[in-house]
Amino acid sequence: MKPSIQTTPQQSTGRDLPDNNPIINVKGVTKVYGTGSAAMAALRGVDFFIRQGEFVAVMGPSGSGKSTCMNILGCLDIPSSGQYLFQGADVGRLSRDQRALLRRNFLGFVFQGFNLLNRTSALENVELPLIYRGTPIAERKEQAKEALRSVGLSGWESHTPGELSGGQQQRVAIARAIVTHPRVLLADEPTGNLDSARSREIMELLTVFNREMGITIIMVTHESDMAAYAGRQIHFLDGVIANGDEPERRQP
Amino acid sequence: MIWETFLLAQREIRRNVLRSSLTILGIVIGVAAVITMVTLGGGATAQVTKDISSLGSNMLLMRPGQGFRGPGGASSTSPMFKMEDVEALSREISGLAAVAPSSNRIIQAIYGNENWSTTVTGTTNAFLEVRNWALTSGRAFTSADTRAGKAVCIIGSTVRKELFGGLDPLGVSIRLQKLSFQVIGVLESKGQSSFGSDQDDVVLIPIIAFQRRIAGNQDVASIYLSAKDGVSTEKVKKDVETLMRERRRIGNDQDDDFNVRDLKEIIQALTSSTRVLTALLAAVAAVSLLVGGIGIMNIMLVSVTERTREIGTRLAIGALEKEVLMQFLVEAVVLSCFGGIIGIILGLSAALAGAHALNIPFLFNLKIVSLAFVFSAAVGVIFGYFPARKAARLNPIEALRHE
Ligand SMILES: Nc1ncnc2c1ncn2[C@@H]1O[C@H](COP(=O)(O)OP(=O)(O)OP(=O)(O)O)[C@@H](O)[C@H]1O
Ligand SMILES: [Mg+2]
Repeated sequence: MKPSIQTTPQQSTGRDLPDNNPIINVKGVTKVYGTGSAAMAALRGVDFFIRQGEFVAVMGPSGSGKSTCMNILGCLDIPSSGQYLFQGADVGRLSRDQRALLRRNFLGFVFQGFNLLNRTSALENVELPLIYRGTPIAERKEQAKEALRSVGLSGWESHTPGELSGGQQQRVAIARAIVTHPRVLLADEPTGNLDSARSREIMELLTVFNREMGITIIMVTHESDMAAYAGRQIHFLDGVIANGDEPERRQP
Repeated sequence: MIWETFLLAQREIRRNVLRSSLTILGIVIGVAAVITMVTLGGGATAQVTKDISSLGSNMLLMRPGQGFRGPGGASSTSPMFKMEDVEALSREISGLAAVAPSSNRIIQAIYGNENWSTTVTGTTNAFLEVRNWALTSGRAFTSADTRAGKAVCIIGSTVRKELFGGLDPLGVSIRLQKLSFQVIGVLESKGQSSFGSDQDDVVLIPIIAFQRRIAGNQDVASIYLSAKDGVSTEKVKKDVETLMRERRRIGNDQDDDFNVRDLKEIIQALTSSTRVLTALLAAVAAVSLLVGGIGIMNIMLVSVTERTREIGTRLAIGALEKEVLMQFLVEAVVLSCFGGIIGIILGLSAALAGAHALNIPFLFNLKIVSLAFVFSAAVGVIFGYFPARKAARLNPIEALRHE
């Protein structure tokens, strides 16, 4: 039987999901890289769920599988076994293009390395996700400007990444991630390249978007200062979740 | 979306102007070369065809010897024609409109202090008819002039200009080899022939006068013939050949010691040689477009590698495989079309300059221009596809991690 796919907001019933129906539901997910003797399990059976509107920090030592897990949550990769349900859709059974549509319509990404397009103005960087959504040009410019304003970069629209500081670049990246009003924002070490003052600015922005726009935020961080901004922490260790005391780890 | 893609492509191209220019150089050169050569070739063919038909319609040229030796030469071993041949031809072959004898010699023409080396042609009025040549002033030869070989001449416009400047030459005598010839007419100007000779650099005198006073023999070097309207030149040619074989007593097993050429044959020979040239050009074009295409493929592959992180970002943001494919394909096509357009502009300018320098008409050939454009676009599609597909199939995670 085909899984019911909700790749566009129109089809989605996301907002009407009953409270006990989590937006992200990970059931026994494993991820194995390589084959045969070179096979290497980055995730070895992970279970957790995240409700709409949560702000979750993902922590753990290097190599514990945090990024691997984020890639799966972001529909960039699929589990080797187990199930990842995003808004009820079994992502592992979706095609590459269907997953791309999920990312386009429901997800926003913030990377450690910012990943802005070089020699492209801040405004155009923020417009990018709207272009793929087919938003008409006037509307697009308006929304992109608004997003830049919301990260405190009014007046910097025409600057290219090369002309911006690291903190400013990351704020452009956040504006790009939230300009589409995604359900979920995934941030893999968003403050990894920034000093602590800049990092706090970013965390405050994320907190605002989480509170005011109701965007679910999942953020990987190594620093407990940053993790403290989140409402909940998930600890990874060697490809499994270590904080067994969290009640929400279990399936509702 | 397609417009966005197009804008994006042209921005990417402008970002690296030097590299983009070098990339399209192959296509530019290929297209420009083909456009120039085909346009000039077309102009030259048109010019030659026009010149040849200006020699006279339905014209045949008979010369002694077996091969056609071009306008200047004649065979030394085969016997020359005589005036009797000319008379026999016009008497016995009903399909002929005019038969004109012609013997030439380069001679200094002198008037007063001016002297000018020119071609003196001994002939009859039939020459004017065959060559379709009118007089701008004066008169043609009278039958008395022709029969008696009087010392009269009709001069071409170049000779007139060189010897007389602005003066009226009619009735004045010029000297040809110490002999005095009275100018009775001036020919209208025919201009430069496509073989490079000035057709107006000529003095016509009666054939008898030429034979007696200049050549000192009874020979006729060549005979111009023109077929009557509605009579095929092929048939006339056959009749002429049969009669001449008889008159020159050539046996059935012997080859002709004269030849009759139809101007149509010359035009056909020329057009078929242009066709060979065109085919050759097409091959050159194909090779240069191939080279240009490989250049584009190379640069697109470099571009895909350089922009791996960008592609990863786009894929993460939700770009579909086909959207990334289109982005790079459009970029390749815009590049190659741009090359094509520049090539077309360069080619047409070169052809225009060349046509001016060679004094031939500039014929804009829409067919070859559109063909060149379509081909350069096709090169972009064909050679851009592989790099574009490579970009579209990138794994977003790996692409994002790319340094
Ligand atoms: N594409 C891959 N191919 C093979 N092994 C991989 C691949 N990606 C990750 N791994 C391995 O999987 C394990 C988990 O990697 P992951 O990147 O998820 O760790 P992490 O928790 O994000 O670490 P860090 O804090 O350093 O970013 C590591 O041992 C890593 O070497
Ligand atoms: Mg990581």
